[in-house]
Parts: sequence; C-alpha cells; structure tokens
Amino acid sequence: MIHIVDYGLGNTQAFVNMYKRLGIEAVRAASGAELRGASKLILPGVGAFDHAMELLDASGMCQPLEWLVREDKVPVLGICVGMQLLAGSSDEGVSAGLGWVDGRVRSFAGNPASVALPMPHMGWNDVIPAAGSPLFKGLEEDARFYFLHSFYFECSDPASVAARADYGFQFHCAVQNGNVFGVQFHPEKSHHWGAALLKNFADL
Amino acid sequence: MLRPRIIPCLLVHQGGLVKTVEFKDPKYVGDPINAVKIFNEKEADELVVLDIDASVNGAEPDYRMIANLAAECRMPLCYGGGVHTPKQAKTIIGLGVEKVAMSAAAADDATLVTRTADAIGRQSVVVVLDVRRKNGLFAKGYEVFTHNGKRSTKTDPFELAQAMQAAGAGEIVINSIDRDGQMKGYDLTLAARMRRELRIPLSFLGGAGSYQDIEALLGECGVVGASAGSLFVFKGPYRAVLINYPNPEQKNGICRSGLAAYSSK
Repeated sequence: MIHIVDYGLGNTQAFVNMYKRLGIEAVRAASGAELRGASKLILPGVGAFDHAMELLDASGMCQPLEWLVREDKVPVLGICVGMQLLAGSSDEGVSAGLGWVDGRVRSFAGNPASVALPMPHMGWNDVIPAAGSPLFKGLEEDARFYFLHSFYFECSDPASVAARADYGFQFHCAVQNGNVFGVQFHPEKSHHWGAALLKNFADL
Repeated sequence: MLRPRIIPCLLVHQGGLVKTVEFKDPKYVGDPINAVKIFNEKEADELVVLDIDASVNGAEPDYRMIANLAAECRMPLCYGGGVHTPKQAKTIIGLGVEKVAMSAAAADDATLVTRTADAIGRQSVVVVLDVRRKNGLFAKGYEVFTHNGKRSTKTDPFELAQAMQAAGAGEIVINSIDRDGQMKGYDLTLAARMRRELRIPLSFLGGAGSYQDIEALLGECGVVGASAGSLFVFKGPYRAVLINYPNPEQKNGICRSGLAAYSSK
C-alpha cells in the first residue's frame, strides 16, 4: 500500500485521486502509527524549506520515516519541496534536511545562468531522463512536467541524477539514491506524463 | 525548454459557470465541475477559476466548491475571488489548489501580498490586475479597476504591477477589461510593455478570439501565459457553448510559430 505522508503541506488529495484513477491503493498517513505497513511512501511539500522541515518534525513522523526508508528500504518519492527535503541542506534556510540524497538545494537567483530568467521557474518544461531511470520508464522520448519553484536540488554525486531540465542551464530535476527518489516537478498535476511516472513508482 | 502556457479562465457566478462581455452580462455556459473534467481530458496547461461574486458581495470564498474543483482538477489550478487574508489563502492551498489569486485586496494593501507570500510561498501568490484603457481626450494610458471593473483605483497598472512584484507576487495576470469577451485579440501594447518591465511570470487575459491571437501574444512577449475565457467556451459566430481547447499538435503549432516570431524580432 502506498502511504502519502500528510504533515500539513502539499496536495495529498491530488495523489489519492490520481492513484484511485490508476486503480492503485493509496492512503494518507498523518502519524507514525499510520505509517505502519507502508510499502511505498510519497513525501509531498510546497512552500519554504525550513517551514516544511519544521512541520515534518512536529508531525512525529521523522523517526518512523527514517526507519522505513533507511533500514527497511521502503521506496520513497519526494515531490517538489518534499524532494528538496531529501538533501542535506538548502540555501533557502538553516534547517538540516533529511540527508537521504547527497546534495544541497540552491537558488536559481544565485546562479548566473538563470538569474536573468523570470522567477519562479513556472510552467511546463521538457524533462531529460537519465538512461535506465526506472521512474521514467516509457517516458524516455517524451517527458513533460509542470514546475513551480525558485530553488533546485544540486546533487553531489552525478550517479544520483535521475533527470535534468533546462532553465538557463541543465539543473537536476529528479534524483535517485537506491530506494530514495525525488522529483522537483508536480506529477500529480502533469496529466498523462505524471500518471505514467506515478505508476512507474507504484510498480517498483 | 520552458513552454508558454495556454490557460482557460473560468468565471463562477451564483454557482454556475458564466462568460461576461466587458465584465457585464454574464451568460451561463455550464457547470464548473463538468468543465474541469473536459479540460482534464484535453490536458489543458493550467486552469484559472475566478469567483466573480465573492469580492463584490464581501463573502468568504466558497471552500466547498473550491475543494470539489481541486479534487477533480488534474492540472495546476489557480483560484481567485474574495481572498483578502493570508489565512484564507492558506486554507485554499490546503484544499489542493496550486495558486491563489488576489485582486482588490492586494491593490488596496501591498503588505497583504507579502504576508500571503510568507504564508504559502511566493510561487503560489498570483495578483490579478483588471486594467482598462483610458479613452478620454486628455486621459491616455491605462488604469487599474477592482470589484469587477466597477471601482477605479486611480493607479497606473505598470506602477502597481512593479509594486506587487516587489511585495512578493509570484505571478501577475493582466486582465484587459475593454477586451473582455470581444474576441478581437489581446492588447499587445499593454502586454509587451508589461513583459519588458516585470521580472516575474506573467499571464494575459482578455480579447483572445482565435489561436492566431495567442500566437500574436507569444510573438510579442515570448514565454508567457495566454489565458482566455470566451475562446475556450464558445464556438462559432453565434457563440454556441462548446468547451474546447487546442489539441497537442495545434498547441505545438501555436507555440512554435509564436516563439519563432518572438525570437526573430
């Protein structure tokens, strides 16, 4: 069963709806107890990095998630700020991230290649998957997703880059480190491309 | 490559979907949820839903309707109407809406934009400016109106848009009152100047009557949002109600030729 981590941020209902349409069971989990039995995890999120981390801490789910993801190797998919939380740290705040994928969250405004472009990076952009990425199975030739963000994940290890997108330069828009996955864009709002990606995650 | 967005804009009035002309004479065009379902199937880039009663009546946003729309919507959704506190914006985001639009309240008090950006993140804060071209003998330029075009703010839209950007808006929607429902094309002079003067994402609403009008807007402004009401709810010279949206090939064609015109300028 897919558990959608509900710590008060992000559109958890959209994931429930999308999986319902796909005929895949998914439920929201708002406490450590409700996470029990999860075979897959979705970690959504919107807004500021520190605020998201604070709420996740306050939900009491950090430790159970740590056990599920690090010890039981349950696959997790971070979305948008949920993906940024996978990093160790962020230019946007001072909180430590979960540190499940080596890297740091950077600001487009701080990058000379993107500083002149409209901010936030908003709209539909083409996504270039890394070869063999299981999240993008069937999407190798045509992947288009909806983005809405001003900060991006910068992987330390090139092997963790699952996809790139272009906004003044090619930034890392999807990451993978073993059972830990993250995408900067919103698959729950990206029509058939998003449905395919969420199905791929469910099929892992 | 980041693509231009082609965005149906739906107006809600007394629980139904309507289309206006110059902000007046709302004509009933159908049920909001049904329209969302059709735009899901057509894979619209984004959807804007504006409740045109809420601000005017001073009513709270209709949270139940918003929740129903958000649950149905498989594309990014922007809701506007009656939002005048960060708390309301937060509630709406919590219902599964990506962006919250403010108009009258933001024009009155720029700190509202800042406070809302702090509450829900800048990327989710949209400011809609309803702009009317002045047509007096000595009155040139443009002016911002609120309350469905009924109340003048006596402010210049370029100055106000700059102020909204500085205050923390993530996107500005420029809505041309005098083009509303006319289907004779966007106000390209207004659009081009806004694009030159602002650094945040922009969308334009008001006047689109054909895909060529969208091409012309992209040709003038590059990658922006092209929003339309009438174009996507009416078909033919007698304005028969028919929800429609360009198919992927048509959309690629519109964007390709629009952006080619832009880059050759």
